[in-house]
Amino acid sequence: MKLRAEKRIDSPAWMTVVVTLASVCLAFVAGGVFLYLQGVSPLTAYRMILRSAFGSVYDLSETAVRALPLATVSLAVMLCFTMLIWNIGAEGQAFIGALTAAAVVRYFPMEDRLAMLSLMALAAAVAGGFWAGVAGVLKAKWNVSEIISTLMLNYIAIRLLEHFVYGPWRDPSSLGFPMTRPFIPQARLPQLWGTRIHMGLYGLLILSAFMWLALKKTRWGYEIRIMGSNARAAHYAGMNYARSVVLVMFLSGAIAGIAGMCEVSGLQGRLQAGFSAQYGYTAIIVAWLSHLNPPLSLLVAFLIGALLVGGEALQIGMGLPLASVQILQGLILFFVLGGEFFYNYRVRLDFGRPGFGGER
Amino acid sequence: METLVSILAAAVRSGTPILYATLGEILTEKCGVMNLGLEGIMLMGAFSGFFVSLSTGNPWLGLAAAFGVGMCLGLIHAFISVSLGGNQVVCGLAMTMFGGGASALMGRGCIGMTIRGIDGFSIPWFSELPLVGRVFFSQDVMVYASYALVVVLYCFFTATRPGMNLRAVGENPKAADAMGLPVARIRYLYTVLGAGLVALGGAYISVIYNRFWAESMTAGRGWIAVAMVIFAVWNPFQAALGAYLFGGVEAFQLRLQAAGTSVPTPLLMMLPYVMTILVLLFISIGKGRRVSLSAPAALGAPFHREERE
Repeated sequence: MKLRAEKRIDSPAWMTVVVTLASVCLAFVAGGVFLYLQGVSPLTAYRMILRSAFGSVYDLSETAVRALPLATVSLAVMLCFTMLIWNIGAEGQAFIGALTAAAVVRYFPMEDRLAMLSLMALAAAVAGGFWAGVAGVLKAKWNVSEIISTLMLNYIAIRLLEHFVYGPWRDPSSLGFPMTRPFIPQARLPQLWGTRIHMGLYGLLILSAFMWLALKKTRWGYEIRIMGSNARAAHYAGMNYARSVVLVMFLSGAIAGIAGMCEVSGLQGRLQAGFSAQYGYTAIIVAWLSHLNPPLSLLVAFLIGALLVGGEALQIGMGLPLASVQILQGLILFFVLGGEFFYNYRVRLDFGRPGFGGER
Repeated sequence: METLVSILAAAVRSGTPILYATLGEILTEKCGVMNLGLEGIMLMGAFSGFFVSLSTGNPWLGLAAAFGVGMCLGLIHAFISVSLGGNQVVCGLAMTMFGGGASALMGRGCIGMTIRGIDGFSIPWFSELPLVGRVFFSQDVMVYASYALVVVLYCFFTATRPGMNLRAVGENPKAADAMGLPVARIRYLYTVLGAGLVALGGAYISVIYNRFWAESMTAGRGWIAVAMVIFAVWNPFQAALGAYLFGGVEAFQLRLQAAGTSVPTPLLMMLPYVMTILVLLFISIGKGRRVSLSAPAALGAPFHREERE
């Protein structure tokens, strides 16, 4: 008797939902076992995560505050992943976006809020796009692995930002904290409904609808998907891979750059070291869990945002390291990756009888 | 001269964890599996090595434990990428997150503790050689072991039957399968062994180099090792060169910092990363064909016996 796997011709749509949900549940069970072995009560921990993320209107709004940058950055990486380009550098692109926006506020302050914010967004988009575009050019021209180059550019961007906030831009009245002076009011994105959710929300909703249309309904999106799924066919069809790599990387970096700008302009009101809670990396999970579907990524970002809020609650409430929730994030990815097997393949028991399950 | 020797010796020491991780990843990639989770595996290795050294008082047990933990994590990666055919890039990221989170959680009680570690010793005769002696032969056992590992791996890949089988599986799994090689089993074996070496690199940091534990103490070395594999074009000797070069930049930058130069620290800390990109770029421009020729042809592609392309 033997287990055999057969490739499914087509996978029913409900399988996707069921398998994903089952994978996430299993990840929480496995994470619970891990926490239990570490002497942490998983029920208390999970209850704390749930309550801190969904317990009240304020908690929900805080979850949304985390979900905003996550969703925006996940749209950025989704664009690359659709073409099977592994942009791991959204973190750095967001840092560069935030840095450039802060530079604009510092050196070109304006009286008019709309003009100020537009210029900041434009600068952040161009700078973030440039940061990713460099990796895109290296990939297109010399086939330098974009995984490595975007990753190294992350570290460079982080150090660059640290250089400015520890050095020339440090607010003298910050008591030594690595942060700039608060932005002028014109450079602040308005916040909505008395919460910390900022206007970037509208931008995000429009962007996700736009991305969905662009990827699923236009010729350009079609070409990108073909290049991602079958590079050879795309080449024979005369699609220009090199140009698309650079363009897709630029757009991706631009979106990530704007996400970084929104974070400092809408939420923190100044540039500070470590302003991003590793959103660039977490967004990769969001993109993957949402099957590269822009509208779905909003929902997934909200749920992962809940996990981030929960991580802070665990840190404050139970004295656990902030990184602890990364265990859950890692496990969710493991189980979802494993689960994908079950909607690509049908698993059968093979009893070894002749003419049964022995076909090639 | 004295300064130069001490910087070079420090370069070898701080390059050693990267060397172990790079060699482990070369072993894994040669059989066609790409493991991007080095950072997480190194952290788990660093934690388990430190924890076992601390609780048993025996650093050797710590290193062994790290190797074992690394192999377990390699087993997870092998299961997902070989048996289930999952996406290896995403699986590596998952490993990075899991390893970072799990080591932070499990190590929360170890912060602030120190261990005795393993002291170095000079190799008689060799250590008296001018320059080379002080730089390469006045180190610790793990550094010497890494020299041996470089040579052993090189010979293994080029001159032994199992080594050639391993390469066959990485280059053309279908042909290897037709030859009667157990593709999946070979990939499992070297993914697991490779991850063990990676974890050993992490343990070197906590047990021998720093002798304490701190959250995310590998500080991106795992990712550097991923880049080093390409820099080394999958050759163990070039891996050693790359690792020491990187270690050299690190050591040099620490010296500059200590000497109080006017260059701000964050800019100095950028150096290794800038260097990695430049080196990758030069290699790709100069030896563009060689890189693509040296990369295992089936790297990152799952293999299922019953399917045709």
